This record gives sequence, C-alpha cells and structure tokens, in this order.
Amino acid sequence: MTAAAAPALERRRPAFSLGRWLEREGVFSWLMVAPPVAFLVALVGYPFFYGIWISLQNRPVAQAGEFIGLDNFIHAWHDPIFRQVVLNTFVYTIAATLLKMVGGLGLALVMNQEFRFRNLTRALLLLPFIVPTVLSTIAWQWILDPAFSVINWLLVFTGIANPGPSWLGNPHLAMLSLIVVNTWRGLPFYAITLLAGLQTIPPELYEAATIDGASGWQRFRYVTLPLLKPVIFIVTMFSVIFTFADFQLIYVLTRGGPANATHVFATYAFDVAMGAGQFGQGAAIALSMVPPLALIILAMAIYMRPSKS
Amino acid sequence: MTVERRGWTMRALKLWLPLGVSLLFALFPFYWMAVTSLKSNQELYSRKVMPLVVHNPTLKHYVDLITETNFLEWTWNTFVVAVISTAISLLFGAMLAYPLARMRFAGATLVSFAIAATYLVPQPLLFVPLADLINRLGLGDTLTSVILTYPTLLIPFCAWLLLGYFRTVPVELEDAARIDGASRLQTLIKIVLPLCGPGFISAGIFAFTLAQNEFLYALIFLTTTEVRTVPVGAIAELVKGDVFYWGQLMAAALLGSIPVAIIYSFFVEHYVAGLTAGSVKG
Repeated sequence: MTAAAAPALERRRPAFSLGRWLEREGVFSWLMVAPPVAFLVALVGYPFFYGIWISLQNRPVAQAGEFIGLDNFIHAWHDPIFRQVVLNTFVYTIAATLLKMVGGLGLALVMNQEFRFRNLTRALLLLPFIVPTVLSTIAWQWILDPAFSVINWLLVFTGIANPGPSWLGNPHLAMLSLIVVNTWRGLPFYAITLLAGLQTIPPELYEAATIDGASGWQRFRYVTLPLLKPVIFIVTMFSVIFTFADFQLIYVLTRGGPANATHVFATYAFDVAMGAGQFGQGAAIALSMVPPLALIILAMAIYMRPSKS
Repeated sequence: MTVERRGWTMRALKLWLPLGVSLLFALFPFYWMAVTSLKSNQELYSRKVMPLVVHNPTLKHYVDLITETNFLEWTWNTFVVAVISTAISLLFGAMLAYPLARMRFAGATLVSFAIAATYLVPQPLLFVPLADLINRLGLGDTLTSVILTYPTLLIPFCAWLLLGYFRTVPVELEDAARIDGASRLQTLIKIVLPLCGPGFISAGIFAFTLAQNEFLYALIFLTTTEVRTVPVGAIAELVKGDVFYWGQLMAAALLGSIPVAIIYSFFVEHYVAGLTAGSVKG
C-alpha cells in the first residue's frame, strides 16, 4: 500500500457508499417497512401468541398464572353454555351472511339501473354502515323495547297482534332481532361493493347474450353471476369473519341473553374474562373461534374458487 | 323504454318499490333517534299518544345530555383518538405500501402476507392479552391505550389501499426524478405522495370512521368517565342499572353519529372508492 493515495480513497469511499447504501432497494425498503412491522409485531403478533400462552394457564385477573395445559379448552368443551355459544355463533353468522348476500345482490341489481339521484340514494343507503354501530344499535334496542317498541305499536295499531311479542325477551325472537340488525348494518356494504363490481361488467357481454336469445334470468345466471363471483367471494369472506367474531351489536342489544340464547364467542369470552375475571378461560374461548372460522373460510375458498374466473 | 306505459309500471316495480323499501329500512332507525330525542319523557312513555311523530318537541334531553353528563368530553376524546390513530395509520400504511408497490426486497412476500393476516385477525381474539399488556404498561384509563391499539385495526387497510394508488404513479416520473439526483425518499415525498392525495383521503376517511366505531378496546381499557369515548360513555353512563335514559340515549346516538355523517357526506366518492377498492380490483 502506498501511504499517500490509499487513505484518501478509503476516506472518500465509505462516505460515498453510505448514501449509496441507503439508496439500495433492499436497504431503503427495510428502513421504511421496519417501524410499522415492529409496531404490528408488538401489538398484534406478540399479543396473539401471548394470548395462546394465557389460554394454557389458570389465570384469575391480576394474579400470576399457573400452567394447566389444555384444561381450559377441555373445560369449555364440557361447558353446556359454550356448546350453546358455538351453535348460536353459527346460526347468527350463516343467517346474517345469507340475508346480506341475497339482499345486497338484489339491491345492487336495483341500483345498477339509471335513475335520478342515484348518488344521493347510494350515500343514504350507506349510512347504516358508517354510523358507529353501538349508537345505531342503541336505536334498535329502543325500537325493540319490551314496553314501548314502535314495531309492537304498529302491530297493535293494525290489529295484527295484541300485545306484540317481547322481541328481546324470547330466545328465538332475540336471535332473529340480532340477525335483522346485523343485516341492516352490513347489507349496504354488500350492495355498494357488488354494485361497483356490476359496473365493471362490459355491456357488450349482455348485448351478445341478448342477441344469442338469452332471457333476463339467463343473462343474470350466465353473465352477471360468474363475473361477479370474485367480488362476492371477497365480500362474503370479510362479512363471515366479522360476523362470526361480532361483539358490539350483541353486547349492546342482548348481552347474550335471554338465558345465553344469543351469546356468541366474543361476548362469552368477554363475560368470562372481564366479568368473571378468568383470563385463561376467556382467552381459550376466544381462541376456540379460530378453527371453525378457518374451516368456513377454507370451505368457501374451495367452493367459490375465485381464481377460476 | 320502447313501450312507454308498460315501461313505467315495470320501472316502478323494478326500481322505485324496492328502492323505497330499502331506504325506509335503512333510514328508519335514524328517524326514530331524532323523533325520540325530541319528545318529553311524558310523551315518550305514554302508550296513548301516536308515537311516529313528535307532538310537543323539546330540547330537554339535549340540554340534559350536555349539562349533566360528560358527553362533550367523550366527543372530544373520540375525535382526538380518531384523528391521531388515523394519522399514525396513514403514515405507517404508506411506509408499508410504498416499498411493496415499487421495490424488490428480501421478505416482501412475508411482509404482505403479514399485513393480510393482521387484517383478518378479529379483534375479540386479542382483547385478553392486550388488556394484560395495557395494564402492565400502566396505560389503563389513558387515551394512549386506544391510540396505540386502534392503528393495529387500521394500518392493514390503509396499506392495502395505498398500495393500489402508489402503483398507479407512472414509474417514468420517479425515474426522471432519480436521474435528476433526487434520493428515494425525496422522490417519494415530492413526486409520489402529491399524486396520491385521493388515496390518502379514501384511506383516511375509512380509518376515521372505523376509529369512531370501535367499541371493544375502548370498553375494556377506558373505565373512568374523563377518558371515555362516545359509544362507551353512552352505554356505561346513560344506562343506570335497569334504567335506560332513552331520550338522552337517542340524543347521544344522533349527536355521536353526526360528525361521522358530515365528514362522510363530503367525501362519499372517496369513501366508496376505498370501500370497493379491495374487493373489486382484486
């Protein structure tokens, strides 16, 4: 090494290459991505696995836990309320999703016609979806109030029933009420998304089908439906996940009652963990919704196979 | 269209009737909120009066709500929390989305998979461990607890939406800036971000309404009245035991919905774009 030239070169290079190093795609990308990834790992990834760990403990609130293996899950399996919860969650999810899917598709088809004030109508129809759920559910609770329900007032007024039923006091009617309110809230999301999907279908396809002599139903069945399938699939997947794990609507409207008839995974886990202070048991109940949820999504993915079209 | 008269009946049957029924179903609860909040208790709890309209309107419930409860404080809390968590989510969402949209780097697939997984994790799965975590950090009953946790619900959505917008920026623009000597960060801030304004508005509106809507974490983390948000405050303090203060509850529900509705009405198109982006483009 010649003493004179080398240091100068060496000094220049590192200074030069640090800037360059930062400009490399891999380095720049990771500098950008690292903070949000760390944030999500700390507040989603870590709690997820920590939740699994808690579910394996006997863990009364604010006390040290004691490792008990799968006892919490075994306890849940033998718990009659838990079995009721599983059934309720399935009934609630399936009924509400079907209603939203059929109603949303119908409304999207209606909205896909030309008419005045279409944008205003669309904005108004989306209101149930954007207004905070808890607040609109309180309104529903009042609509379904045992003593002053406006529905019952109408039933009495029109002479259909006297007195009207106790909507939230009867186990079946309470479940029905929850399904209707969930549909009320979620249907606009379906309708507006499917409407956006409908508008991407080229009109030439309908023209071609009409020339080939296809009836209105056939055009729907063989043009609209196949092309809409990917959108229906995604919307339904979201809807199933968030209906299955729903908490606020049920917590506000029935708190799982009457007599656990409307308890679902989230509300029961909340009651056990926060009400009774059994953190371990509550975490186990919450985690129990993962396998059935995964199964539903898998079944839907196989059945609807969006990649086909 | 060709047969005018038959066309009209068909149109009424196929368009206006279903549309009218849907609108009635969608909007009745809001009408009911408004009507109830304007009735006196006497009228509210009488079975003899026709309930569908207000006979003697009064603002008493609104006055009581504002003077006797901490409603204004809850509204302020909700607003602060929603604004800050939306800002964090937009920042972090953009930091995730830009490299994923434009660069090749080791682990990109893993990062995008992690974002999708985070999006699909339902909240009730995490509330037990998070409650414990928030307690250990000493953040119980502080707005910080929800400001930290809400972005976990919002970032995946923001990242997903912004990813689509970043991809629409022509690569040539970025290349030109780089040739002129701009660093990657300068290119992002000066060239790409200004072109993605609509994306940020869509993601921001969506995140803001979601943050206003959140209930479970707020219910668990915020147990004192000074830090509560509107949904939790209404449920926890306007219902005392078995007694529901229906007039005040409806007033709170209406007032609590109005900020979201106003912001939404200004940006409906952006909101719909955000809502449908994920499912329709995919």
